[in-house]
Amino acid sequence: MTIVSPSTTVRTDPTAPPSRPNRGRASGDRRRIRWWHLFLLPFCFLWVYPFLWMISASFKSRQEMLIGGLHLWPQDWTFDNFRRAWTIGRFGEYTGNTFTFAITALVITVVTASLAGYALSAKDLPGRKIVMGVLVAAMFIPHGYTIIPVFELVNALGLQNGLLGAALAQAAPGLVVPVLLYVGFFGGVPKELGEAARVDGAGYLRTFVSVMAPLAKPVTGTVVLMSFIGSWNAFFVPLVFTLGRPDLRTLGVGMYNFFGTDTTDWTGLAAGASISVIPIVILFLFLQRTFVEGIAGAVKS
Amino acid sequence: MTAAPAQRTPSWRRRRRRAVLWGWLFLTPLVVLFTAFSLWPIVASWWYSFFAWDGVGPPEVWVGLGNFAEALQASSFWNAFWNSFVFSLGALLVEFPLALCFALLLNSVLLRGRNLYRLALFLPVVATTAVIGLVLAIMLAPVGGVVNEALLTLGIVDRPINFLGDPDIALPTLVGIDIWKGFGITLIYWLAAIQTVPKDLYEAARLDGAGARQQLVNVTLPVVMPIAVVIFLLTFQRSLNTFELVQAVTGGGPVFATDVLPTYIYRYAFDAEMAAPRYGFACAVGVLFGLFTLIITLMQSPALAGRLRRSAS
Repeated sequence: MTIVSPSTTVRTDPTAPPSRPNRGRASGDRRRIRWWHLFLLPFCFLWVYPFLWMISASFKSRQEMLIGGLHLWPQDWTFDNFRRAWTIGRFGEYTGNTFTFAITALVITVVTASLAGYALSAKDLPGRKIVMGVLVAAMFIPHGYTIIPVFELVNALGLQNGLLGAALAQAAPGLVVPVLLYVGFFGGVPKELGEAARVDGAGYLRTFVSVMAPLAKPVTGTVVLMSFIGSWNAFFVPLVFTLGRPDLRTLGVGMYNFFGTDTTDWTGLAAGASISVIPIVILFLFLQRTFVEGIAGAVKS
Repeated sequence: MTAAPAQRTPSWRRRRRRAVLWGWLFLTPLVVLFTAFSLWPIVASWWYSFFAWDGVGPPEVWVGLGNFAEALQASSFWNAFWNSFVFSLGALLVEFPLALCFALLLNSVLLRGRNLYRLALFLPVVATTAVIGLVLAIMLAPVGGVVNEALLTLGIVDRPINFLGDPDIALPTLVGIDIWKGFGITLIYWLAAIQTVPKDLYEAARLDGAGARQQLVNVTLPVVMPIAVVIFLLTFQRSLNTFELVQAVTGGGPVFATDVLPTYIYRYAFDAEMAAPRYGFACAVGVLFGLFTLIITLMQSPALAGRLRRSAS
C-alpha cells in the first residue's frame, strides 16, 4: 500500500551524508533537524498502524486471527472475508447506498453553491449584505440539536423513504463554505469578461453557464472533493434517517450494525472496514493537494 | 442587446432590473435550503424544548421550562456534560499545542520527507470515524486484541488492559482516539497559518542576526496569533461533536462512563430501547448544549470580531 511509503523513503536519511556539504549555518541546521527522523519515523508508523492492521486483518483467515500474533503479513491470503462482508454483511448494498447518498449531496452542494456564489459576487445586488451576513454568522452560531426538526421536515415533505431527504439534510448545513469559496472566486474574475460575453449577446444565464461556470473549475474541484469525502464519511445523518430502513444504510451505519450483531467476526469486520475506508483513502491520495487546500482555506478566509 | 454606457438610461434600468431578478433566482435554492434545513431547525428546536412531546402529532403539552429544570437537576446530564468537557480539554490542551509543534517542525524546508509525514498524520482524518473507531475497538480488545498482545509481549503490563470496558480507562482511551482522528486537521490549520507569514519578515530577522528560536518567538508566533484564535475555536467546536466515535465504539458505556451530550440527546430522541422518544426533552438538552458552546465562543468574541469583519467584507 502507498501508506507504508513514509518509512521506506526516509529511513536512510539519518545516516546519509548531507547532499550539499558545508554551506554555513544552513547545513548545520539541516544536520540538526535530521535527528527528528528518529522521533518522527516511529511516531508516524504508529499513527498509520491501525490502517496497516485493518488491511492485513482483512486478508487473514479467521484461524490466523484467533491464534493472534503481531505479524502484519498474512500467512495464507484469503478473499473469503471480503466475500462474507460483501454478501452476508451486505456491504455491497451499503456501498451502492453510500455512492447514491454522497453523489446526491454533492450535486445539491455544487449546483446551489455555484449559482448563489455567482449571484453574490455582484456587489450591487440588493440584499447581498444580509445574505452574506447570515451565512457567515451561521458558521459561528452553535447549532445545538437540530436533527429533530430536520427529521420532521423531511417527513412532512414525504422524503423519508429514500436517500434524497438524508442527502438534503447532509448538504444544506454545509453550504456556507462552498458558497464563500465561489463568491471569492467569481469576485476575482475581471469585469471585462462578463461585459464581453454580454456584447456577444449572452444573457445572465448564458454568461454563467458557458463562461463563468467553466472558469470556476478549480473551485468546483475543491467543493466536489470536500463534499464527497464529507458525505462518504457521514454517520449521524444517515444513521438517523435509516433507523427504520435497514436497506438504505450507508457504509458507516452498516459497519456499526454489523459490529452490533456479530462482534466475533473480526476479519469480516476488517474487510468491511477496508471496503469503506480504502476507496476514500485512494481518492484522497490522488487529490490530496486539493483537499488540504480546501481545509486550509477555511482558516485563511 | 447592445453594450450601453453605464448611464441611467431606460435600457440600462431594464437590464439592471433583469440582472437583479436573475441574481435572486440564482440565490433561491440557497435561501430555501439554508432556511429550511439550517435556520428554521434552530428556531424550531428551541420551540419544541418547551413541550413534553414524543414526536407523534404536533407538540401540545406545554411544560414551560420543565425540560430544562429536569435536565439541570439530573446527574446523568451533568455526567455527560463533564465528559464532553473532558473531550474539549483533551483537544485544547493536548492536540492544539502539539499540532503547533508538529506544524513548526513539518514546515521546515530542511526536513526531508516532510510531505510524507504530513500525509501519515493526516490519514486518520479521511477515514470514516465510525468505521475506523470500530477497527480501533477491535485492536484494543482485552482478549486477542493486538495492542494488549504487544504490551504483554513487551512486558509493559502483566495483565491485559480493558481499554474500552473499564469505566476508569474508557474515557481517556476515547479522548486519545479522538485526538488521533482529528490531529491532522488541526495540523493543516496550523500549517496554513504559518504559511501566511511573509517570507521577507524572516529575511529581515535573519539580517538582524536573529536565530531560529528568536525568529519563532518574534516573527512566527506574533503573526500567527490572530489566526490561532480561529483554530482554537474550530478545534473546540470539533471536539464537542464526538457523537460518531462515542456512539459507534462504546455507545456511551460502560455504565455511562463515556456518555457525552450528543449521545445523551440521541438516546432520548432516537434510541429504540426506550419506551417512547422524548423529543422535547432532547431538544431542551440540545439548547443547553448550544448555549454552553455559545458562551465559550463569546468569551473569545473580541479577538474573533476583528477577523469576522475582515472576512465578511
